[in-house]
Order: sequence, then C-alpha cells, then structure tokens
Amino acid sequence: MHTGLSTVLDVLPIAVIIFSFQFLYLKRSVPNLKKVLLGFIYVLIGLAFFLEGLELALFPLGKTMAAQLTDPAFLNIIDPEDIHWSDYYWVYAFAFAIGFSTTVAEPALLAVAIKANEVSGGAIGIWGLRTAVALGVAMGLVLGTWRIVTGYPLHWFIISGYLIVVMQTIFAPRMIIALAYDSGGVTTSTVTVPLVAALGLGLAHTIPGRSVLIDGFGLIAFASLFPMMTVMAHAQIARWRAGRKLSPSLENRHAL
Amino acid sequence: MQAIRIPKSVQPLLDSFRDLMPIVLVVAVFQLLVIRQPLPNLLDLLLGVLFIVIGLSLFVKGLEMGLFPIGQSMAQSFARKGSVLWLLLFAFCLGFGTTVAEPALIAIAEEASKIAAAGKLIPSSTESMEQYALGLRYTVALSVGLAIVLGVIRIVKGWPIHWLIIGGYICIIIITEFAPQEIIGIAYDSGGVTTSTITVPLVTALGVGLASSIKGRNPMIDGFGLIALASLTPIMFVMVYGMIVH
Repeated sequence: MHTGLSTVLDVLPIAVIIFSFQFLYLKRSVPNLKKVLLGFIYVLIGLAFFLEGLELALFPLGKTMAAQLTDPAFLNIIDPEDIHWSDYYWVYAFAFAIGFSTTVAEPALLAVAIKANEVSGGAIGIWGLRTAVALGVAMGLVLGTWRIVTGYPLHWFIISGYLIVVMQTIFAPRMIIALAYDSGGVTTSTVTVPLVAALGLGLAHTIPGRSVLIDGFGLIAFASLFPMMTVMAHAQIARWRAGRKLSPSLENRHAL
Repeated sequence: MQAIRIPKSVQPLLDSFRDLMPIVLVVAVFQLLVIRQPLPNLLDLLLGVLFIVIGLSLFVKGLEMGLFPIGQSMAQSFARKGSVLWLLLFAFCLGFGTTVAEPALIAIAEEASKIAAAGKLIPSSTESMEQYALGLRYTVALSVGLAIVLGVIRIVKGWPIHWLIIGGYICIIIITEFAPQEIIGIAYDSGGVTTSTITVPLVTALGVGLASSIKGRNPMIDGFGLIALASLTPIMFVMVYGMIVH
C-alpha cells in the first residue's frame, strides 16, 4: 500500500533524529522507553490510516462541494462575466462553517490548548482558546473567499492584517502574545488544509478571470492570520471584563 | 467526568469522533440541504471517516505517549548539559525532520506542482513535477529548521517574540515586492501548512520544556512562539525559491 510505505518513510527521520541525539549525545536512558516506542508505532499506524481516510473521503468531497457551490448555475448567475460578490453568499457561509468546524477538530490546536492551560495555571481555558481560534479561522476564510471572488491582490490583505496584528501586540496582555502568534500556525493543520485548499482552488477554477495559481492559494494564509487577532482580542476582552468586575454597577448595565 | 465508565481504549476514539462531528455535520447539511444532492460514494465516505477517526486517535495517543514526553524530557536534558551548539543542532534537525515528514505539506506541494505544470511554469513531465514538489518541500523544511534554531536562541537569550515576528513581517513585505506573482499565494499558504500535527506537539514541548528549565524564563511568555517563527520563515524562503525556479 502506497500510503503506508510513505508514512514509514516520513516518520523515520523524526525517530532517527530523536533517538540518535538521545543515545549518542545525551546518553541518558529514556524514561518509559517501551511506552515511547509504542507511541512511535501508534503515530506510524495512525498517520497511515489518517492519510488514507483523507484521500478516501475529505479531499475528494471537499473538492466536489467547492466545485458545486461555486458553480454559476447553482448560484443562479446568468452571465458569468457579470458577477457581483454578493452572489456567492453560499460560498461565504460554507467557508465560515467549514473553517470553524475543521479548526475545532484540529488535534494540533488541542495539544497547544492543553499545554497553554497547564502552563498558565488554568487562566487560559482550553475551550476558550479553541473557539477563539476557530472563530478567527472562520472569519479569515470568509474574507479569503471574498478576496478570490473580487480578485483583489492577496498581499494587500496580508499586509493590512500584519499591521492590525502589530497594533494589537502593543495593547494585548504580554502573557498572550507568544501564544496568539503560535495559534496562527497551529490552526491550519492536517484536517483544515486539504478542505481549505480544495475550496480555494475550486473557487479560483470556476470564477472567470481568476488564475488558479495566483488566486487559488492564499486561503490558508488568511486562516493563519486571523486567529492571531481573535486570540489577542479574546485576551483583551477577558482582561477588560475582569477589570470591570471591580465596579458592580457597570457590570449590571452590560450583563450578557 | 462521565457517569458511565467508558473503557480507556474507546475514549480516544470517542474524542476523535466528537472532534470530527462538526465537519461531518457541516458537509452533510450543505450537501443535502443547500446543494440538495445525495452524498457521492457514500461507502467510500463512511470508510474514509472511519479511517480518519481511527488514525487520528492512534496518532494523538502516540504523540501523547511518545513524542510529547520525549520532546520535553530532551529539552530538560539539553538545558542541564548546557551546550548551546548541540541544542541548536538538535533544534535544526527537529524542525527539518518534522517538516519534511508533514502530510499537509506533501499534499500542498503536490498540488502546487500540478498547478505549476498546468500553468506551464515547469515542464509537465512527472519527473519535473516531482522535482518541483520535492524542491518546495526541502525549501520549507530548511526554513522551518532555521526558524526553530532562531526560536531556541530567543528562548535562551530571552528576547521578546514580537520584535522577531514584526521584523519577519517587514522582510516578507519587502520580498513580496520582488517575488513572481504565481508563487505568492503558495508561499503565504506554506507558512500555515508547515506546522501541523507532528511538528506542533514536539516543538511546543521543546519550547515549554526549555523555558521551564532555564532560569529566569517564563514558560508562558518564552516557551511559546516557536511555531509562530516556523510559520513565518517558509513564506520568505518559498518566495525566494520561486524567484530562483520560475
């Protein structure tokens, strides 16, 4: 089986690096060596199954759905040369829903959320972080798909996004900054990437005048940029609310 | 905690299934209610979802048992030994090794090579497409290796993360001006793609482990940030790769 073999080849370098440093340089016996080795075998088998499953279900289905949702006939577009960005409302809805749901399923994000919860002594909630990030990805994808439809250059958006992130960095609580930056890279992982890439490429393929190479990519960049903003915003709102609790009269007025 | 006792071996499967449920729901609702079409190849689909759930559970379990603890324990051993050079060598190897192995990166590199061939940027022979994809993978892996090295130096020295990130942004903006248009989207995407399920737990464990073993470092402020750097450098490197190849 092709996938199985390639998985072995892919996990092999990690195992070689870790164990050669461990045994040749650090020369310390690994605590629970048997358990660690079993863990590596789990990773191997898990990855093989996972990739096979993606190829079998998510990748083709995501492509089909992206193609169907962007089909001018489905969207009641009579003249494909004369489209308005609002004609694509189902695409934006799909981008939001798929962005949110794939991010919640992202194991890498879960791993970071657990670690952040542990390190912060519970100040950062696992679900709070996950939903803040998922919301960021969802918003990013809506804007990203809108960009493909309208055809504005990608780097305008990314550069303005960077500016907003820099501005937020100045005001955000210091504890959250590194984690917020990290959550940008964490979001787009094994589950999100195939579907989001398929959506972007499908969209660029069906809209006249879009180049798959220039416009099809770039969605993942949006999905990694926005979580930084939402996580910092989340932290600022949390701090603002914590500060407001000191004055009960204000709290009553703004109670949710 | 749950009222019903669930066997330990089943719990991860349920967790994976619960995490995967929203996607299944979104896909089903859009397919059946919005597009109003039956799900194609239902059997393949169900089998695929089953494979994903099993694979994800095993994978996460394996990371928790193997990669997560070993990343942290090695970070502590390195900090005790005190040789920065070896630590940096390890950091580079870790970044490079985990990224070359990244399934999401493999997928996007293949996709990019197909599209580059279709757009006649490279000859559309299997050989040149594989070469392009492989070149892209090695470029990204190299950049992640260097990012982890830089990030580890940052943790050791205690530099604030935002100066590195903002500096990186400025570099990206400058390089974007000179990069060929076709590569910009791929470059920006590859930044998000690199750091996925194998890399993240390992690198996070390394960072947090280092920050908690080095005196005067706060694991919350200094421990995170490696992934952020690893998502920045590929953008620059892939644009440079595009300038050379195209």
